[in-house]
Amino acid sequence: MAVLVVAAHDGKTVRSNVANAVTAASQMGPEVHVLVAGSNAGEAAKSAAAIQGVAKVLGAEDAAYANWVAEDVAPLVVKLAPNYSHVVMAADSVGKNLAPRVAALLDVAQVSEAIKVEAPDTFVRPIYAGNAMATVQTADKIKIVTIRPTNFKAAATGGPAPIEQIGGTGAGGLASYVGAELSKSERPELTSAKIVVSGGRGLASGENFKMLEALADKLGAGLGASRAAVDAGYVPNDYQVGQTGKVVAPDLYIAIGISGAIQHLAGMKDSKTIVAINKDEEAPIFQVADYGIVGDLFQIVPELTAAVEKK
Amino acid sequence: MKVLVAVKRVIDYNVKIRVKTDNTGVETANVKMSMNPFDEIAVEEAIRMKEKGLATEIIAFSAGPAQCQETIRTALAMGADRGVLVQTDAELQPLAVAKLMKAVVDKEQPGLVIVGKQAIDDDSNQTGQMLAALLGWSQGTFANKLNVADGSAEVKREVDGGLENIKIKLPAVITTDLRLNEPRYASLPNIMKAKKKPIEVLAPDALGVDIAPRLKVLKVEEPPKRKAGVKVKTVAELVDKLKNEAGVI
Repeated sequence: MAVLVVAAHDGKTVRSNVANAVTAASQMGPEVHVLVAGSNAGEAAKSAAAIQGVAKVLGAEDAAYANWVAEDVAPLVVKLAPNYSHVVMAADSVGKNLAPRVAALLDVAQVSEAIKVEAPDTFVRPIYAGNAMATVQTADKIKIVTIRPTNFKAAATGGPAPIEQIGGTGAGGLASYVGAELSKSERPELTSAKIVVSGGRGLASGENFKMLEALADKLGAGLGASRAAVDAGYVPNDYQVGQTGKVVAPDLYIAIGISGAIQHLAGMKDSKTIVAINKDEEAPIFQVADYGIVGDLFQIVPELTAAVEKK
Repeated sequence: MKVLVAVKRVIDYNVKIRVKTDNTGVETANVKMSMNPFDEIAVEEAIRMKEKGLATEIIAFSAGPAQCQETIRTALAMGADRGVLVQTDAELQPLAVAKLMKAVVDKEQPGLVIVGKQAIDDDSNQTGQMLAALLGWSQGTFANKLNVADGSAEVKREVDGGLENIKIKLPAVITTDLRLNEPRYASLPNIMKAKKKPIEVLAPDALGVDIAPRLKVLKVEEPPKRKAGVKVKTVAELVDKLKNEAGVI
């Protein structure tokens, strides 16, 4: 049986993590289909069809799907699910909202944030903020799995796969989208950036994050933050890296003024190279850092910004 | 309007957990247990609704062993009115908890259910959404702000790109994110008062719910450890290492 990947998108292209989900899905079954539900999402469907390993794209057009209202998208996925062995989504805010609703409607369990596919019915997932790894096996006929994108390589470009149009299921009237307040940024998206510069409580104010922006811009990096910095109101919530925020695994992660609480480490410790800049030499962040500098970040960061070459 | 909140007993967030040597799970014997931090936010939100006159009664629900009564007592000390415990020593997974909650919701008929977005032990992030699905209710997940008025709720949600506003019909299930509020500490007089508040204890069988786990845990292991690296003295040395040793810039 084939595996269905449910793709989040912005109307024009599917999110980059769909390519990671396709890789995970291809380890679960012989054939991968991608569902692109939306309103005027034809371009997004085409982008899904261009992912290598995708055998077919299902395009579902319905005004009710325009903004990923889980109450309206779930019935569509539930309708399609019996044709598949697995339904796979990236564990982002769309997948986390939708997948459990689908699972409960199908009366099956969900495997959350799988980081490894051991067998089509067996998955490894982090628990306790990544301080333990559980290997779980599901006996359900339809397996609902969200995957952690950073643990699966993105599938290459290929195709194009055929796009089949299917009907929508309409709006249930339970919930409606009002609007969004999205952070505007020219920088790379945090979860797919090759380099991430992150700041913590040590920055002492939102104003001081400008210093990190200068470094991030020079490196072509995404900008992140610890929970402490977000809670203190220095930066918006979508900057948060950690167990309950975003999980990142860039080639280079620079932690500045971040002590390294367990829940923060859970969101970045799979990074290839970690740099820590902190005035406290006992800070736990140094236990995971490849390179550490103990000192005043207000001195070190501008010096580092001046020393690196512009990308 | 009645508000039902769910509170889970978990290993305290300050405790460094240890994986059992036989790889069957995580050591919980003689470990400090507390209310899941996201559930504290749920309890706090319900209390604020009651203080504003939006909620008439707050019911604190928990499921698990007898000691979950302590977790419910904490919610009662914060300001919840009474508790319901579905008592069992069996392993409970999110779908089973959602089914138990549905049975209690059917009985109590709350206008709103507020739960934490995830528990810090299994990190599943499922129960609230599953409960909403089983009830056929709307869901306001990862709530950053909640406004309830006239049979509907406006929910500001924490999403990948920032914040999203939705309007949902009541009754509904809300799951809390970190910035929704800052939970209060229970005062000593309120802790004393909470001892007299009622807790109803039910059995899963009595609710007609099959709680058998659907996921089999084959093993639990320590994650691979990252080795601490080196401390460098100067920025020049750091840049040199990143360029020539790690090759990342």
